[in-house]
Amino acid sequence: MKKVLEGSQAVAEAVRLAKVSVISAYPITPQTHIVEFLSEYCSDGRLGARFLRVESEHSALAALIGAASSGVRTFTATSSQGLALMHELLHWTSGARLPVVMVEVNRALAPGWNIWTDQTDSLAQRDTGWIQLYCENSQETLDTTLQAFRLAEMVNLPVMVVLDAFYLSHTYEPVDVPEQELVDCFLPPYDPKFQVDTKDPRAFGSLVLPNAYMEMRHNIAMAMEEVLSIFPEIEEDFAGIFGRRYGSVEPIACDDAEIILVTSGTVTSTSRQVIQGLRAKGEKVGLLKVKLFRPFPSEMFRRILRPAKKVAVIDRNFSFGASGIFAQELRAALCNLPGHPPVFGYIAGIGGRDVTTDILENIYWQTKKNEVPEKESIWMGLQEVDHATESS
Amino acid sequence: MQLKVPEREYMYPGHVACPGCGAAIAMRLFMKVMGEKTIIVLPACCWSIIAGAYPQSTLQVPIIHSAFETGGAVASGVRAALDIKGDTETTVVTWAGDGGTFDIGFQALSGAVERNEDFIYVCYDNEAYMNTGIQRSSSTPYGAWTTTTPGQEWKKMRKKNIVEALVAHRIPYAATANIAFPEDMIRKVQKAKEIKGARFLHIFASCPTGWRIPSEISVKIARMAVQTNIFPLYEVEGGVKYTINYTPKEYPVREYFKLQGRFQHLTDNDLAQIQEMVNEDWELLLRKAGELS
Ligand SMILES: Cc1ncc(C[n+]2csc(CCOP(=O)(O)OP(=O)(O)O)c2C)c(N)n1
Ligand code: SF4
Repeated sequence: MKKVLEGSQAVAEAVRLAKVSVISAYPITPQTHIVEFLSEYCSDGRLGARFLRVESEHSALAALIGAASSGVRTFTATSSQGLALMHELLHWTSGARLPVVMVEVNRALAPGWNIWTDQTDSLAQRDTGWIQLYCENSQETLDTTLQAFRLAEMVNLPVMVVLDAFYLSHTYEPVDVPEQELVDCFLPPYDPKFQVDTKDPRAFGSLVLPNAYMEMRHNIAMAMEEVLSIFPEIEEDFAGIFGRRYGSVEPIACDDAEIILVTSGTVTSTSRQVIQGLRAKGEKVGLLKVKLFRPFPSEMFRRILRPAKKVAVIDRNFSFGASGIFAQELRAALCNLPGHPPVFGYIAGIGGRDVTTDILENIYWQTKKNEVPEKESIWMGLQEVDHATESS
Repeated sequence: MQLKVPEREYMYPGHVACPGCGAAIAMRLFMKVMGEKTIIVLPACCWSIIAGAYPQSTLQVPIIHSAFETGGAVASGVRAALDIKGDTETTVVTWAGDGGTFDIGFQALSGAVERNEDFIYVCYDNEAYMNTGIQRSSSTPYGAWTTTTPGQEWKKMRKKNIVEALVAHRIPYAATANIAFPEDMIRKVQKAKEIKGARFLHIFASCPTGWRIPSEISVKIARMAVQTNIFPLYEVEGGVKYTINYTPKEYPVREYFKLQGRFQHLTDNDLAQIQEMVNEDWELLLRKAGELS
């Protein structure tokens, strides 16, 4: 049924429909509405889950490590400082092969306190063994959260569903909330591959010597690899039931494109409009939306980007001392292809600054104008830079 | 003398503790009461190693090894999952060292007991971070040498009173226990097992390696800690009702200190000062128990 929902409520609806058993969370703006909705669902019986009101994000994830080890479906949500505080346990969750699902609302890290969107928080956790899925709108967020449970439980790895602060979490949009029966067809009750059991006592996560640790890590690597083929299958199933599909990556007008813009999150929506405008002017521009970031679908990127003349990556994040993270990863994916297109890295919208159609067009024209990138990262709309240009 | 200790063992032979390890004795006694319907959450500590390396385990019940600071929280999650599954028989236990309890894990512990989570939290106290090689913790007693309180830098702060900190949360049950008093410990474990809500057991567990004592006096030294009032045996119900379980005869603390390498640097003056501190603490406890007005 179509309803006008806040992005946060779309998440909460997905968690309700997934019939999660244990939720544990700690409030942080802009994630708060999600846990407030879920608290309500748990208290009025719409969701038969235990809600643990723990004293920190660290304990929120620790509690889910306990609950998931005990064989039930689990969920949490966080953002920014909260995610950073969880860091050790993010590794723990994947290392223990626990299918925890978390919604992470992208928010800038302090200091300066900034509650607005920025992807550095989630991207800083890229090596923790969590699957990462970036969403563009509320419908996609709801659908992806449902898919996340199935994916996590199939490969026994945790999944992070990522959405932009405010632009998504606090925006009202029409969202199709699926019927419970249909969701039940798509997402069967959780059947854990292992769990603590007093009738079959085993030690989980004990000391592992060098003779076995490497194999365990390799197993995680293989499970990640599997995601690349399993996720499209899950999407296929989902599309069969609900009629919606997004793709691990989504190429838009890429076939004959000479310049391809690469985006993630809500910037994609604005970019859709921008490339339409540019196409109308006869520009051969394409757009590639990244949804699946971990595992990184390198093959797909190579296939789609190779024929282009140039690639322009828009990063709403920054790795200090290096560059925008999506650009970095794409360069790594392309570098062994002879004659691959140059990758232009643009930094935009850090700390919630608006990424306007002007900025995006500007990125396109700059990329078109230059043979090769002038710098590894070009920061768009920096005020100091503007002043410098004015005085020169 | 015949001790009334259950015969059934829940530890396989072949644990990897040092000889005379008080923590190993503590678990052995504890599990005799708890039995097989128990899930142990084990944050990083000596016991993470004692339990054995993959794929072996010395405990006959499931263990969830967990991050150092997460004892209170992981147990909360296990309990929540068992509740949702309708398992009311299994007891969830966190088994942590003093570091994992007094220091890095204190927040999660405080959070869990404030929520009155239904689990038993056991702190086996060897008065330092032993797993990483004898560094000071906030449980290390006044006067002790550790590798981070070496030479004249011996610890000059009191041991944190963890039971009082827990009692301040008004938890249903908090008690001290000691490996040299097995019957008292067994009774307390039994009692804790029967109570609902957050329960805390503080078990004194000597460490021959860290305390610089021969392993054969491990139990003797633990007994002396009680006899000298350094580690009184008592329990507190509902955060208010204190019961002292053992009232020692006059026994100077110096006897306890002189047997341990970690206190060898203390002068007569220091010992006199420590004696005063111990007397003071004991008096305070007697007052709380209503045995002194
Ligand atoms: C976050 C974190 N910091 C440090 C460590 C290293 N570490 C493991 S066990 C331990 C000390 C444990 O001390 P305690 O809790 O007193 O138990 P004991 O080793 O004495 O049995 C430390 C510092 C860790 N595992 N995790
Ligand atoms: S170092 Fe101490 S506590 Fe650790 S195993 Fe050895 S004796 Fe036991």
